Amino acid sequence: MEILKTYKIYIGGAFPRTESGRYYPIVDASGSTIANVCLSSRKDVRNAVVAARKAFGGWSEKTAFNRGQILYRMAEMLEGRKLQFLEELTKQGSSKEAAAREVQESIDCLVYYAGWADKFQQIASSVNPVSSSHFNFSALEPMGVIGIVAAQETSLIGLVKFIAPAICGGNTAVVAASEAFPLCAVTFAEVVHSSDVPGGVVNILTGKVSELAPAMAAHMDVNALVTESLGELDKPLALACVDNLKRNIAYQHAVPQGLQYITALQEVKTTWHPIEQIGGASSSY
Amino acid sequence: MKKTYNPSLMLSNTRIDKVGVEERVARFQTRSIKNESKKQGLHMVLNMIDLTTLEGKDTPGKVQQMCYKAQHLHDVHPGLPTVAAVCVYPSMVSIARKALGNSSVKIASVSTAFPSGQSTREIKLADTKFAVEQGADEIDMVISRGKFLAGEYSFVFDEIAAIKEACGKARLKVILETGELCTLDHVRMASDIAIHAGADFIKTSTGKIQPAATMQVTYTMLMAIKDYYDQTGIMIGMKPAGGISTAKLALHNLVMVKEILGNPWLSNEWFRFGASSLANDVLMQLMKSESGLYQSPDYFSID
Amino acid sequence: MAKKNTANSQTEWDYAASPESTSHIRLEKKYQLFINNEWVEPSSKKYFPTINPATEDVLAEIAWATDADVDKAVKAARKAYTDVWSKMSGAERGKYIYRIARMMQERAREFAVIESLDSGKPIRESRDVDVPLACNHFFYYAGWADKLEYAMPHKKPEALGVAGQIIPWNFPLLMAAWKIAPALAAGNTVVLKPAETTSLTALKLAEIIKDSGLPPGVVNIVTGYGDTGAAIVNHPDVDKIAFTGSTNVGKIIQRAVAGTHKKTTLELGGKSANIIFDDAPIDQAVEGIINGIFFNQGHVCCAGSRLFVQENVADLVIKKLKARMESLYVGDPLDKNTDIGAINSKEQLDTINKYIKIGKAEGAEIYQSDCSIPSKGFFCKPTLFTGVSQSHVITQEEIFGPVLTIQTFRTIDEVIQKANNTPYGLAAGVWTDKGSRIFNLTTKLRAGVIWANTYNKFDPVSPFGGYKESGFGREGGVHGLSAYLK
Repeated sequence: MEILKTYKIYIGGAFPRTESGRYYPIVDASGSTIANVCLSSRKDVRNAVVAARKAFGGWSEKTAFNRGQILYRMAEMLEGRKLQFLEELTKQGSSKEAAAREVQESIDCLVYYAGWADKFQQIASSVNPVSSSHFNFSALEPMGVIGIVAAQETSLIGLVKFIAPAICGGNTAVVAASEAFPLCAVTFAEVVHSSDVPGGVVNILTGKVSELAPAMAAHMDVNALVTESLGELDKPLALACVDNLKRNIAYQHAVPQGLQYITALQEVKTTWHPIEQIGGASSSY
Repeated sequence: MKKTYNPSLMLSNTRIDKVGVEERVARFQTRSIKNESKKQGLHMVLNMIDLTTLEGKDTPGKVQQMCYKAQHLHDVHPGLPTVAAVCVYPSMVSIARKALGNSSVKIASVSTAFPSGQSTREIKLADTKFAVEQGADEIDMVISRGKFLAGEYSFVFDEIAAIKEACGKARLKVILETGELCTLDHVRMASDIAIHAGADFIKTSTGKIQPAATMQVTYTMLMAIKDYYDQTGIMIGMKPAGGISTAKLALHNLVMVKEILGNPWLSNEWFRFGASSLANDVLMQLMKSESGLYQSPDYFSID
Repeated sequence: MAKKNTANSQTEWDYAASPESTSHIRLEKKYQLFINNEWVEPSSKKYFPTINPATEDVLAEIAWATDADVDKAVKAARKAYTDVWSKMSGAERGKYIYRIARMMQERAREFAVIESLDSGKPIRESRDVDVPLACNHFFYYAGWADKLEYAMPHKKPEALGVAGQIIPWNFPLLMAAWKIAPALAAGNTVVLKPAETTSLTALKLAEIIKDSGLPPGVVNIVTGYGDTGAAIVNHPDVDKIAFTGSTNVGKIIQRAVAGTHKKTTLELGGKSANIIFDDAPIDQAVEGIINGIFFNQGHVCCAGSRLFVQENVADLVIKKLKARMESLYVGDPLDKNTDIGAINSKEQLDTINKYIKIGKAEGAEIYQSDCSIPSKGFFCKPTLFTGVSQSHVITQEEIFGPVLTIQTFRTIDEVIQKANNTPYGLAAGVWTDKGSRIFNLTTKLRAGVIWANTYNKFDPVSPFGGYKESGFGREGGVHGLSAYLK
């Protein structure tokens, strides 16, 4: 007799239930219930933001190389649980082929961003040749806590393709899973949890997008909001972002690999420092 | 001869690169102390401990029990040294004196409105004199960190010189409270001021805040002592306090003392550990060295 | 001033021997050539011993590759390139390189022990510096394999083909990583020749390459002497030569490829200036001097071998330097407390001693630390020379050992001129508390790597390479890819 899995949410490195106690059922094609998942609330979003903010200092101060290693470890863990994800995807209606493609895409996405962690800075930063005697350089810094609404039509890749570039760049994330296909999000939390990712760096909530997304968009301590084609919700979310000038990053359709997804969640900091000019020695021959 | 504050003498060594210090300290931490040198080191550590209780809830009973432990670390195993001293509040000095009798274990007393130091000169002098009269062999004073951070260095200097005078025959340890000074530059400045003002020992911390005695801070203070010795031939003692709870950390500190100052400083006349739970970890390591078996805390008395 | 008593009871506390365990390592008695993921006998059937320079014991027999073997290896590399590696996606290539990195991490301790046995460097250095950097180098470049278009914007990057790589004995495994990782990431295949005195860790790396499933022929390792290296350089079907070693040999190679299609990058010798200003953090500067010239027994191309110290702090710096030298342990590389290990070979020790003799003959004042050195094996005490000028031979020629020359200077102009006054240009160190001075010097010093308030720091992302006769091309970072792409 199978021990059925209880689908909880993932906040601050722990797996609590939603504080609201509410649930909603996920049913398969024949109408039977596969699972009851948490119908998360604004308070869960609040708790997740607190956890994400707490984790931001430590995560952004890790070496870029270390973040890359952790992302690669996530790929290792996801690879190890391939069968579990294939099963969950097919339970939620994927064909076997589509499921296999989706899992492979997700693993490759993690490996891809693992490789960027200690490289994007070299590509996107600059030394700026100002006209005064100053050493002037521009470098990228993570924005902070990112609210992410997973692409809704998939269960796994829609989530991974946004989490990976966000945390690769040193941000922490609060993520609303696909409302209709939430199961892989919760299992992905287990992958995160077993990969040396510090608690609070990634927080995953399941529930109604129409509840969770506005809660993230209105939260004054979230620095950016990432969404993909949420239809009628797009405009209200954009308006809600204005109160703290949250960066509203609304994609029509995002692909699982690309430098732009990292840099979209980075600030540019430019620093000046004097270069003393003394004497006549120069580097000329 | 009244000592006076001399900025050019006392503030001249304050360029310290913290990253460089961290790298140097990391090398000390990779020293491997084994076999005979480990046993010898652990014996030295035990004999350098100032066994400490500085709680609001200290009572005569607590102090008496600690004094017994100070002399009887682990009687089951013969040949172990005693600790160097016990460290208590002035109000407990006479209790400790009675409990220790004519043992070689010294009595160190905190004073000067420990731990904050936020009080008047008169009160601090009275605090010190009281402790000395009650029988303290050593005084652990705190510097006025607020005055230091406000830039009133001659105040800090004069205060130390005055307390030193009040100590009479007692040796003076000056607590810098490095966790509040924050930068290594400030730690070095405070060390130089304390040494020139008359400290017999410079000490890192009260143990009441974090961070306490880190390797970086201890390194900086040992270098101040080294430079002073090179210039004057005078030895000053050093005491890291707070945060050294394992034998391993204690041995790393001894490695630093040896490689920076040399073998002459490897005695409790010149180096102390301010610790409460260190002794038992050292005893467990010693017993492990002897028997080859990893130990359990159940077998070592907690007093 | 009255002297207080120095201690009446002098405790002597010495460190007991703390040898690293070698029982877990796997070493063959005899190693063949590694071609096409197979162990292949050398056509000459000739082998040469590799010894432990600390004990002079033979560790293993190494195959001696001739022209015929090099030809086999290049053919294997070419076939692998044409049939497999050039057709594989960058992402796939990257995954193989990640695997190699992870497997190296798993076997890190074994690599460190063998590296110390074969090269003479202290186990603490192999364990804490060489091996981690080597693993990280592979891990770093793995991530570039599918991102090459970002490294060369507005160009469709293409691999060069077959890369012939010749590496030195001072950081054997790390140099292998510096060469192989970017070459593979950029899509090339490789024929690598390790130095004859230090082949073992490259051969152990070959085991990992085989275990990782990397397609046969993508990496080939041919061992031998200079003649083996020459065969690689002269082989007509090699597209790229990457060499790290002495300037003299670098010039030989450059002459040999003149007029051919072969691209080269050279990482050669140096005589780097380490400059201490009067406002430097002095104790850390002294550590920096130690790290700059005594670390790795001075076998470092970018060693800070010419110390320039501002005259008004010279006495203090030299005094502290001598005191610090006395706390360095010279001895058995496998002892975890050893700071300075064995000189890599008898030849190198002879070279170093030759220069020490020259220095004395030139009238420089010598100081050597008062340490004991083992009677067996090749060892040299940390040495410094004062009373030298730019005109002394020992301040001009690269010694490649733990020998430091010390010159004073008075003004910034003077030290910039003198630091640049050399045909070399690999690295330089600047010690000052003043940020604007740092940037002044970094702008004016003609060297490829400038360390400000630190020395001898390396990272896979940080480009490394020289100006002038210290070579050309950069290794590390995105810059390290252009050497292997067209």
